[in-house]
Amino acid sequence: MAKQIQSPLPGTFYRKPAPEEPNFVEDGASITVGDTIGLVEVMKTFHEVKAEVAGNNARFQIENEAPVMAGAVLLEMD
Amino acid sequence: MDLTGKSLFIANRGEIAVRVNRAAKALGMTVIQGHSEADADMLAVQLADSAIELGPPAANKSYLDIPRVVAAAREAGADAVHPGYGFLAENAGFAAAVETAGMIFVGPTAGTISRMGDKVAAREAAIDAKVPTSPGSDGRIEGVEEGLKVAANIGYPLMIKAAAGGGGRGIRVAETDDDLRKLIPQAQSEAAAAFGDGGLYIERMVRNARHVEVQILGDGSRAVHLFERECSLQRRRQKVWEEAPAACLSDASRARICEASVRMAEAVNYRGAGTLEFLYEPARDEFYFMEMNTRIQVEHPVTEMITGVDLVQEMIRIAFGEPLRLAQDDVTMDGHAIEVRVNAEDPSNNFMPFPGIVGAMTVPENTRFDTMLYEGYVIPPFYDSLLGKLIVHGADRDAAMDAMQTALDDFRIEGLKTTLPLFRALVRDADIRAGEATTSYLETWLESHEIDAA
Repeated sequence: MAKQIQSPLPGTFYRKPAPEEPNFVEDGASITVGDTIGLVEVMKTFHEVKAEVAGNNARFQIENEAPVMAGAVLLEMD
Repeated sequence: MDLTGKSLFIANRGEIAVRVNRAAKALGMTVIQGHSEADADMLAVQLADSAIELGPPAANKSYLDIPRVVAAAREAGADAVHPGYGFLAENAGFAAAVETAGMIFVGPTAGTISRMGDKVAAREAAIDAKVPTSPGSDGRIEGVEEGLKVAANIGYPLMIKAAAGGGGRGIRVAETDDDLRKLIPQAQSEAAAAFGDGGLYIERMVRNARHVEVQILGDGSRAVHLFERECSLQRRRQKVWEEAPAACLSDASRARICEASVRMAEAVNYRGAGTLEFLYEPARDEFYFMEMNTRIQVEHPVTEMITGVDLVQEMIRIAFGEPLRLAQDDVTMDGHAIEVRVNAEDPSNNFMPFPGIVGAMTVPENTRFDTMLYEGYVIPPFYDSLLGKLIVHGADRDAAMDAMQTALDDFRIEGLKTTLPLFRALVRDADIRAGEATTSYLETWLESHEIDAA
């Protein structure tokens, strides 16, 4: 089964640190433990989402700037 | 003026939408509530006569989408639009778009909003009206060399501020010439990136500063003040606790700052409710104008509690063209009021936001609680964390502090982490009780105090 990274908080998911900057992680990339894969904005504060497991071939399940619930699957990988 | 049957579109959410709704209803108006997809079940929607969805949860696609908000208000046949605070409340383009669409904007003219929104222009307006400002650069500085010249005149420490900033954003403190050489280029590029305007100015840093602000009502020609508030207790430059009047002022100082504020409001032909914010330096007994907020403020209830004036109703009447109903002598002050901001944040865990489901609520007696909460409400995570404002009134400051302590101890909100435990500790703090807290007090206090989660 694919590995998953879930959103720890409800809010708005961002794939990049700022609008004009590149994504933290591109689709297809490999991920190591502790990598920041995105931000969740909750009540105007930003929280980094870090990978707790490593994996390959990252596949984002949530678009940039989309609303997420706590526990939503942000990313799947092998 | 009879506003019965006129309709008001509320372009905001949360507790202020509820507050504006109640004022409009008291005036006999029909209320149309704009809301995002995430806010369909908010209290202000339930209280409104009708509601219109503005767009997706993200504020920039709903509450901040000027063409959409204006179109929704027109579609609903609104006579007027109330912007609340935050969102589009101080957006000159929005005010202009509302008026162009043939509706009334409840607030000052677009010209006043843009003038006061530019910190340098606002400071120049203050100087023109003989309102005291802190020694600093007269207008924008062009670069490091000019900054060093200004610094030589006013002395360190000083603050470098972004002309287009506000709410504490874009401020840097320099202690030496070397700091200044390093910080000016940084501040310039950061301001350009954050605000689209790299303009900077410099001001003297005020020691032991108290945040004092004066409430104004104006009708475009005449203005009155409704005394002042003190909001020195701040975390990350966000106010958490507000009082009226400011206990740190003598009657003579109060008269001075309030009269200066009226002078400035009349000089800019101010229309509606507005607030002039000052830093007060107790040792010098001097005020320094910081900025003018061209909207109703979060902490307006403490002013209402000591004056008995409904500020939101008055601003709506003024917007519809009614001349100011109050003469200065009509505005009197009775007792002391305190407000605390109940936020969905966990003060025992670095103020982590806590959007959750509201459980059983016990609101204390003899208080005013301006809120958007109801039992079972699911707090959306997309907006700020303000849940409501607990306000008490007493015959004097001591009585108000006692009332706040009792109210906080009786207040229960199940299901959420809130800032109530912080206030239960602050209300028992000797320095706060004595009225000694400066604008840096709370940050320092938080470093040395653990807050019980209970």
